Amino acid sequence: MAKRSAPEVNAGSMADIAFLLLIFFLVTTDIATDSGLSRKLPPWEPDAEQEKVQIKEKNIFALTLNSNNQILLTSAGDSEVIAIKDLRARAFEFLDNGGGQGEDACKRCKGNRDPKSSDNLKKAVISLANDRLTDYKTYITVQNEIIAAYNDIRNREFKKDYPKLEMNFVEATEMYQDPVTDVKVKESLKEKLEAIKEVVPQLFSEAEAKRD
Amino acid sequence: MSKFKKKKDGGLPPISTASLPDIVFMLLFFFMVATVIKEDNLKIQNQLPKANQIEKLDKKKPISYIYIGKPSANYIDTYGTEDRIQLNDKLQSVEQVQAFIAAERAALAEELVPTLTVSLKVDRDAKMGVLTDVKQELRKTNALKINYTTKKGDAVSN
Repeated sequence: MAKRSAPEVNAGSMADIAFLLLIFFLVTTDIATDSGLSRKLPPWEPDAEQEKVQIKEKNIFALTLNSNNQILLTSAGDSEVIAIKDLRARAFEFLDNGGGQGEDACKRCKGNRDPKSSDNLKKAVISLANDRLTDYKTYITVQNEIIAAYNDIRNREFKKDYPKLEMNFVEATEMYQDPVTDVKVKESLKEKLEAIKEVVPQLFSEAEAKRD
Repeated sequence: MSKFKKKKDGGLPPISTASLPDIVFMLLFFFMVATVIKEDNLKIQNQLPKANQIEKLDKKKPISYIYIGKPSANYIDTYGTEDRIQLNDKLQSVEQVQAFIAAERAALAEELVPTLTVSLKVDRDAKMGVLTDVKQELRKTNALKINYTTKKGDAVSN
């Protein structure tokens, strides 16, 4: 009789064990959503100390969200209700207007140069006020569209200033934040990103919600 | 040669399940890599809205999470249907936000305190009221770096 080989280990229950582990991980974990719209809040100052900053009316792009999630846009002396899908284009048009004269003239702007709208990129302010009953999703959409308008201009200026890099502002920011990127590359990117942020600052102001 | 005669001639041979564990392990490893352990057990509804101008949060910097939404179905009897704030594992009131941030800061190394980012995970159907209050509290306690955590997607279709 031939020599018997070692008996095979029964691996039938291996699948059960693996399923058990799989189900355990499915239940206790969560697909990470760690990205979003980064914003900076203004520091808290008691009302008495607040300085009044004078801004020309034509430099303000005022958005008001009401409790029915409608958007009221007040700019260039006009008020109108606008659709959310038009917001990005309208904000872009306002920022890029460049209606300033003399020392307020905007060299980078490619807009209509309407004297009733914003002077230049450094003067144009977007302000947002919301009602306490506005839906969060509408608020996020508005925030997103405003950031998108700024990013559009920053992308254009970044491409114009650094054509050799062959990427836009958003891609450069992503590369800068990527931990894999080399330290030297990061340094040079940071400089360029800061320069663009200087040229196209995000002047965004949020009023406190009404109706207490 | 009767010793080696097949017992049956007809019928299908059984399907081998030997590779089943391999398949399941592969799934297991996928889930282990692609997911993270839940930080908090949510007592509220938390469907995040979508946005496309998003930035990734830097994991090396400390992040604190504040959740806002309506209590989920199990907790409606206890907490009602108004928007609530969840800090760690409990539903809390607006006044406790400052204490929460102070506690989060106390747990950090001193040099990391100014880099603390507050990730606001707010349900898409929540109203702005509670969030506005939370933002005021964050301003009072000087936690100014915030992130409206969202999914990636088309914002206009929200």
